[in-house]
Amino acid sequence: MSLSAKDKNAIKGFWDKIAPEAENIGADALARMLVVYPQTKTYFSHWQDLSPGSAPVRKHGKTVMSGVAEAVSKIDDLTNGLLTLSELHAFQLRVDPANFKILSHNLLVVLAIQFPSDFTPEVHVAMDKFLSAVALALSEKYR
Amino acid sequence: MVEWTDFERATIQDIFSKMDYESVGHNALARCLVVYPWTQRYFGNFGNLYNAAAIMGNPKVAAHGVVVLHGLDRAVKNMDNIKATYAELSVLHSEKLHVDPDNFRLLADCLTIVVASRLGTGFTADVQAAFQKFLAVVGAALTKQYH
Repeated sequence: MSLSAKDKNAIKGFWDKIAPEAENIGADALARMLVVYPQTKTYFSHWQDLSPGSAPVRKHGKTVMSGVAEAVSKIDDLTNGLLTLSELHAFQLRVDPANFKILSHNLLVVLAIQFPSDFTPEVHVAMDKFLSAVALALSEKYR
Repeated sequence: MVEWTDFERATIQDIFSKMDYESVGHNALARCLVVYPWTQRYFGNFGNLYNAAAIMGNPKVAAHGVVVLHGLDRAVKNMDNIKATYAELSVLHSEKLHVDPDNFRLLADCLTIVVASRLGTGFTADVQAAFQKFLAVVGAALTKQYH
């Protein structure tokens, strides 16, 4: 299920529209993930406040989205482009890769809410494929 | 038995009482067929599903989307007995339609995204949690009679 030229165009075009809201998107997606999938809170026991809108959630949402931005810029070779991030997730963070799917789903929900007319079925499938490809690249160094 | 909080019950009743079944049903099923194209395997007699535009414009897809969404009404009206309520439909999906139960999750995800886009900021994290829990319970009930 690799990214076609059509997918990449759709992704880059959509990213240009949503990039100004990246921080808000990241914060909202993360907040939703922590509420809707409470098991994901286990990775953030070191935060004082896990509630939506809290400072650590906002800050981390921004961090995550800058990773997504980097992935967009390296869309033609995600495996190599995200090698450092993969090492981080594999060796230090040790996030179970099943969670990449969970966060991806919440990102898509936020995009549907914030960009209802731009998030067409074609953009949806391209973004879903893209986030799956990013997740795969992040999993590269796990074993 | 599934435990529902007052908030969850109210949220589910509220979402479905205000839902535009024609539009949401159509869009959710069409989106599923576009985003997860392997789901088209169950609709060989629906005619043109060649691309996103064809799928979105296909009247059989639109009609069937509404059928599926109304199928959820039974769960909305019988939240304390969803498993028993769907026993017959579960047998149907298993024995006659031969639908891989993973598809219930895929359609649920598309339905979540369509409802989210309709409700906008009203689709808060808590509302999302209630809605996804409801759809997961329905999916489990539909899977129950598979063997």
